[in-house]
Amino acid sequence: MSGGANFQVTVFEVTPVNDLITRFSFVRSDGGELPRFSGGAHTVVEMHDEGKRRLNPYSLMSDPADTRAYSISVRRDDAGRGGSLFMHRQVKPGMEMTISAPVNLFALDLRARKHLMIAGGIGITPFMAQIRQLSMMGGRFELHYAARSPDLAAYADTLLAAHPGRVRTYFDEQGQKIDLEALLDGQPLGTHLYVCGPKGLMNWVLETATQLGWPREAVHSEEFLAPPSGKPFEVRLAASNKSVTVDEHQSLLEAIEEAGVDAPYLCRGGACGQCETRVLEHEGTLIHNDHWLTEEQRASGERIMPCVSRFEGRTLVLDR
Amino acid sequence: MTIVFKEESFRDDFTYSNSDWAIQRFPFPFDKDSYMYSVNMERHVPVQAGSVFEAAFDVDEHYVSEMRDRALVLAEDPLRCQSLPHMTLAGWDVLELIMTSKAADYPEHFELHRDGDTWRWINRPLGIDQSFTFLDETTLPYGPLEYITRQAQGDFAVLDQRDDNLWMDAGMVTTQADWSLDFDIGMNFFEWHAPVPKAHEMGIFQRALQYLLNIRQGEPARRLNWTMTVNPLLDTSPENYHKWGVMRGELTPENIGQKLHLRVELQTFYRLPRSNGLLFPIRCYLISLQDLVTVPKWGRRLHRVIRDLPEELATYKGFIDNRPLILEYLSKYDDGAPTSPGIFPD
Repeated sequence: MSGGANFQVTVFEVTPVNDLITRFSFVRSDGGELPRFSGGAHTVVEMHDEGKRRLNPYSLMSDPADTRAYSISVRRDDAGRGGSLFMHRQVKPGMEMTISAPVNLFALDLRARKHLMIAGGIGITPFMAQIRQLSMMGGRFELHYAARSPDLAAYADTLLAAHPGRVRTYFDEQGQKIDLEALLDGQPLGTHLYVCGPKGLMNWVLETATQLGWPREAVHSEEFLAPPSGKPFEVRLAASNKSVTVDEHQSLLEAIEEAGVDAPYLCRGGACGQCETRVLEHEGTLIHNDHWLTEEQRASGERIMPCVSRFEGRTLVLDR
Repeated sequence: MTIVFKEESFRDDFTYSNSDWAIQRFPFPFDKDSYMYSVNMERHVPVQAGSVFEAAFDVDEHYVSEMRDRALVLAEDPLRCQSLPHMTLAGWDVLELIMTSKAADYPEHFELHRDGDTWRWINRPLGIDQSFTFLDETTLPYGPLEYITRQAQGDFAVLDQRDDNLWMDAGMVTTQADWSLDFDIGMNFFEWHAPVPKAHEMGIFQRALQYLLNIRQGEPARRLNWTMTVNPLLDTSPENYHKWGVMRGELTPENIGQKLHLRVELQTFYRLPRSNGLLFPIRCYLISLQDLVTVPKWGRRLHRVIRDLPEELATYKGFIDNRPLILEYLSKYDDGAPTSPGIFPD
């Protein structure tokens, strides 16, 4: 498939972490080593769920130097498209799965004199690996971790115990909130800011950092979008001479793949740009959901990111 | 295969030459009878046994002498190898990649023994047996990048990836086609390519950068680039232009076959695992025109490519003044017969 190198893995452990989050670890089915990776990298997990093929990205949270096993943590989303439910309900130890080689779209900037990390909820996972990497290299970091309640703050106890003085938790239920302006204002020169979590938190942190004059290149964020559902629509694939229907809970990319057309992709979450596709003709509205295209590109109506974006209208013709 | 390493020089008396084996496996860069820039990338997977595309890091008969030439360049100019402070981890990635690849591809010449972070590296051609601790710089005579690239043919640019761009933040550059690491260090992809004519307008660099940013672990890519060099000089650097620039005026109809060399760069691209950096090895191969025309297909094709090359490109590649002389020589080997597709000899 066009996503690149893959590994056949066996589910080694399935560990419930709290009411919503379960951790999965994978070892290579042939007993070989998995590649090392850099903190912040993700893997794309392939699922076969009642005839549907899903490919979802998850941050790698294990030690980047550990080549025996990879771990991910998955938050159950009862209202989602079903990928997290599949992981929670169907995936058992011993099961064989396919995962992609690591890809990093949320790498540490190794020039930073200090790494300031802000995590919300399940957004903690990439930081788990980054903190391991920084601990190995002797890098300076500080983690501010917000969650709904202590019970839902996965790995908070481990982090607090392993890195006293460098980790702080905030619980919504207890009315605790990051004093963001003070935090961002008091950082030494050369600090880089990283944020991963729900959209509200991300926007708040990114906007505050911009207002306070943080340079764009010192601010890093990652958000994987799940492909949003929407009204079904028809699409014509000109290069392959095929027409396909995109179902309500299916992404345009998934529909293209289901039609047997090999389309490029990488993150499948609107972040990397790899699946960018030319729109040859459209009569209707392109619903852009990605983080990739610029405002001008969106306005031109000539490009679409089929991993997360959709269409409403009469005719859509893609160069694919 | 056991390689017989040659004693030869890339300076002063220029005793460098290619054996018949090396001529047959020379990476001739033109797959058709004309040339224009393109993002001519392909996956770096082995093709054609015995070719330079077989091993991850090709080792050939020139290895020992090339490494000696590199040591001479570094002794005169230590700034040919630099690594900004944040690139040390990438240096270890490079060391691991080269050591594991060489040990796997050439077990009779190189051995790597690993027990956790305790490593032992044996390089027989260069007579090295080094035990060290991985990720501990104090256990090697040089930093990791310099240590391993003193033992690997070709230049190495190590690029940091951030802000959707690539940054030339470390490297070992002693066999370059007229560019300088010391000048380019810290520059981004567009800055260090600024002198290249035409390609910017063609959008080549924007597309190339997009491709490179998405190169994944375990999926290296490669391309070929080329120019012409008078005398088999590895070090055609701006720093030493006063030494080699004048040599371009020494060509005559009598000596051109022996003195003028097609210079081909095998450029490869590797995603580095720990640092998420990109390794960009640029391996230089030199072949004299008189050796090149012993392969009839190559003689015919090179004549047509040089004849039809746009003026800006001939100027940029530094042989515009010598073009008439080159064409006079090569035309004798072009009988107008059609050539077969692809780069390999018939």
